[in-house]
Amino acid sequence: MGFRSAVVTFPGSNCDRDMAVALEIASGTPALRVWHGDAELPERLDFIAIPGGFSYGDYLRSGAMAARSPIMRAIVEAAGRGVPVLGVCNGFQVLTESGLLPGALMRNASQNFICRTVSLKVENSQTLFTSQYDQGEEIQVPVAHHDGNFFADTETLDRLEGEGRVAFRYLDAVNGSQRDIAGIINGAGNVLGMMPHPERAVEPAHAGTDGRKLFASAVARLVDA
Amino acid sequence: MAASAESITPDVVEQHGLSPEEYERVLHALGREPNLVELGIFSVMWSEHCSYKSSRLHLKKLPTEAPWVICGPGENAGVIDIGDGQAAIFKMESHNHPSYIEPYQGAATGVGGILRDVFTMGARPVANANALRFGRPEHPKMQHLVKGVVAGIGGYGNCVGVPTVAGETNFHPAYNGNILVNAMTVGVADADKIFYSAATGVGNPIVYVGSKTGRDGIHGATMASADFGEDADAKRPTVQVGDPFTEKLLIEACLELMATDAIVAIQDMGAAGLTSSSVEMATNGKAGIRLDMNMVPCREEGMTPYEMMLSESQERMLMVLKPGKEPMAEAIFRKWELDFAVIGEVTDTRHMVLEWNGEVVCDIPLGPLAEDAPLYDRPYLSKEEYKSWAQVKPLGEVPESSDIGADLLRLMASPNLASKRWITEQYDSQVGADTLQTGGDAGVVRVHGTQKALAITTDCTPRFVYADPYEGGKQAIAEAYRNLCAVGARPLAVTNCLNFANPQRPEIMAQLVHALEGMGDACRALDFPIVSGNVSLYNESKATGGGSAILPTPAIGGVGIIEDYTTMMTMGFKAAGEHIAVIGPNYPELGQSQWLRTIHGREDGDPPHVDLADEKLNGEIVRRLIAEGKVTAVHDISDGGLAVALAEMALASGIGATIDAMTTEFAFNESQARYIVTYRNKGDLDRAEVPFARIGVTGGDALTIGSSAASIASLRDAHASFFRDWMEG
Repeated sequence: MGFRSAVVTFPGSNCDRDMAVALEIASGTPALRVWHGDAELPERLDFIAIPGGFSYGDYLRSGAMAARSPIMRAIVEAAGRGVPVLGVCNGFQVLTESGLLPGALMRNASQNFICRTVSLKVENSQTLFTSQYDQGEEIQVPVAHHDGNFFADTETLDRLEGEGRVAFRYLDAVNGSQRDIAGIINGAGNVLGMMPHPERAVEPAHAGTDGRKLFASAVARLVDA
Repeated sequence: MAASAESITPDVVEQHGLSPEEYERVLHALGREPNLVELGIFSVMWSEHCSYKSSRLHLKKLPTEAPWVICGPGENAGVIDIGDGQAAIFKMESHNHPSYIEPYQGAATGVGGILRDVFTMGARPVANANALRFGRPEHPKMQHLVKGVVAGIGGYGNCVGVPTVAGETNFHPAYNGNILVNAMTVGVADADKIFYSAATGVGNPIVYVGSKTGRDGIHGATMASADFGEDADAKRPTVQVGDPFTEKLLIEACLELMATDAIVAIQDMGAAGLTSSSVEMATNGKAGIRLDMNMVPCREEGMTPYEMMLSESQERMLMVLKPGKEPMAEAIFRKWELDFAVIGEVTDTRHMVLEWNGEVVCDIPLGPLAEDAPLYDRPYLSKEEYKSWAQVKPLGEVPESSDIGADLLRLMASPNLASKRWITEQYDSQVGADTLQTGGDAGVVRVHGTQKALAITTDCTPRFVYADPYEGGKQAIAEAYRNLCAVGARPLAVTNCLNFANPQRPEIMAQLVHALEGMGDACRALDFPIVSGNVSLYNESKATGGGSAILPTPAIGGVGIIEDYTTMMTMGFKAAGEHIAVIGPNYPELGQSQWLRTIHGREDGDPPHVDLADEKLNGEIVRRLIAEGKVTAVHDISDGGLAVALAEMALASGIGATIDAMTTEFAFNESQARYIVTYRNKGDLDRAEVPFARIGVTGGDALTIGSSAASIASLRDAHASFFRDWMEG
């Protein structure tokens, strides 16, 4: 049985195809595509990805409108059942807006959009998204965002750190994020939100392939299970 | 004729940008007085922006054909065959006047407009590029303009999800009062699924899709066809407002509909909005058109037909559908939450008829609006007359550089040669996950799902064009050709964006005519036809005190193909201990060089001459060396000459080089048709086949030229210093 993954498309999503390609490369199975207006997800999903882009134009707050779309109700429910959910860039913003992850993503400290490849440290290699990485491994992954400045109150930040829920950290200051946090997981460990784009670092033609292990981790978990 | 109580006074005619002679033509074409709606329509259709009335005569001389050209100028964009049943569709367009008035929205809607020109023809946009010219950095408005334009280009392109992969940015005081924002889009389509604009089939429905029509941008095309007076700020309401989110939906909806067989013709509403789109569709189809203005989706209540026809609201398209396909098409647009309205039909009258509240409010024969629009053979200076008018000083004595390394550091820190990272990092260059190269000689994007890649470059050296319009025109084409060859691409075709000042001045018209002649000669010699383009005239401003014309800036967008992207070449040195050679001849021509301007503050002498036979031969040699794997890095020599090119290769890799001692002239002249290459073994370049001179070896952490050295760290700091100090200092 193949790896059943789904990529959500909101109006304004623009990394949905790239995410589907990365999932197919990692799993050998084409990803299913889900429309924002759908009230239900396909059955028996092994993985749900919320891609980058500008859902609904990000005209309210980034991710705020998408978090209230019909499909997000289904995704919140699936996440509650333990289905792995990955949100990248705008997908991370949607996850914080929907309450699946804590904190918020504010405008970059520079006020400018930033597109560059950044160095990340894998802070927790024990998650279902990071098991193929070494603990503390340094990886290179592109970022491309205007609102990637992660903010949470001190208590929340301490809890995230204490519970090993910081998955990735920037090695250099990129966007003003508190404690240089680039990606976090939820308490149950099945929801990951991150600003960098692992789907842009999976092929030899890309500037690097350090994103591959993220998708491979999710696929390996299913095969091992 | 109804609702035309307004009297058309000479003042009203002048406000519409029509000369008294042109108004006479209107009277003649109609055989009566126009009403205000009709006057407005003539005004925008006969504007320079829409009619090309000053340039059309000379544009016809450009070569536009090659076996791989599917569609040349005249449609929304040019189309070329890229093999395997696929086509590349591309065009570059200016948005200069709006960007000076309101930089963010002006630049953003420039990107939006050029994207629509490309997806209108059935292509998914795969890459954006741009060519930007600003005034001197110390000018009080310039920081605001640069920040706004860059944010606007990024804001639109990033949201729509098309990577921005190439571009150039220059600074020169000639642009103080009139910056240039030229945006280019490249798309990919199936060669048998190209959509054109000819409205055919009497009775076929004309359908409006996209955003609603508002009161923004009314008379934008007319505004863009005049000099700026003192009151540029007062023209802000004529600038359109962009909505990239809606554009993204419009792309997806149009491509979804294009996958069916419902569309007869399609055209975006760009400059002059509903007027030019409907006139062009009917004209191209040799048909007529009837529109019911009550059916046009409007954003505001109480809009008049005049306002609807002249609005330049963004993100709108006009289509002719096959009969009976309306419900299926409407369902697609509703799914994407876009407006969809049948607003009229194709007729056989060769007239444009507009109805409103049951009355005819406009009835104009199409001929005079488009095909028979005014055409001017404006007087221009001969090459000799131009030369004496321009009064470029002869080169004269040029001192030797006392320290090539020190001069190099100053050049790397100068605005024109400085690192543009502050700009390019604000553009998403990676979305689509097919971007293979940015920041080198050309941007390269893979054709999704294939081994092919498209290389894209934008080029022009305006100070060369000013000093010698003919050679400068040639040089713009030659440099684009070279940049494509340098990444291993076969140059296929170009688009141009011709930015000039007031064509009613014979010296400006001379710049246009002679530059086009040079471009045409270069395109013919290099088998590099022009397939699309845009003309932007009246780029001069009284706002900055004095009728200051821009430098003549015929910007070029070149596109080439790499059959197997794994052979793509980059400019960074690859390893220490490799040989460095220059391919191509060096001439004593420091005139108009960046070195002369930056170090000595002089813009003197003739620009470098362009030997088109050398360009072709050396380009072919470099492409062959790349294909055969004989070279490990390639970079073209352009602004700043050999020394700057070497520094760029070192900075791209962090690997230094030791170069033989050389004269100032060899270090900094900008002789054309030259490339720097690196290779592993002495025998890799064969002297019988390759005209090269070995100049040094890679390695170390400095660029050492003779006895003068600049560390990579100091070069990197100098390169980064201009934007860092200007924007963040």
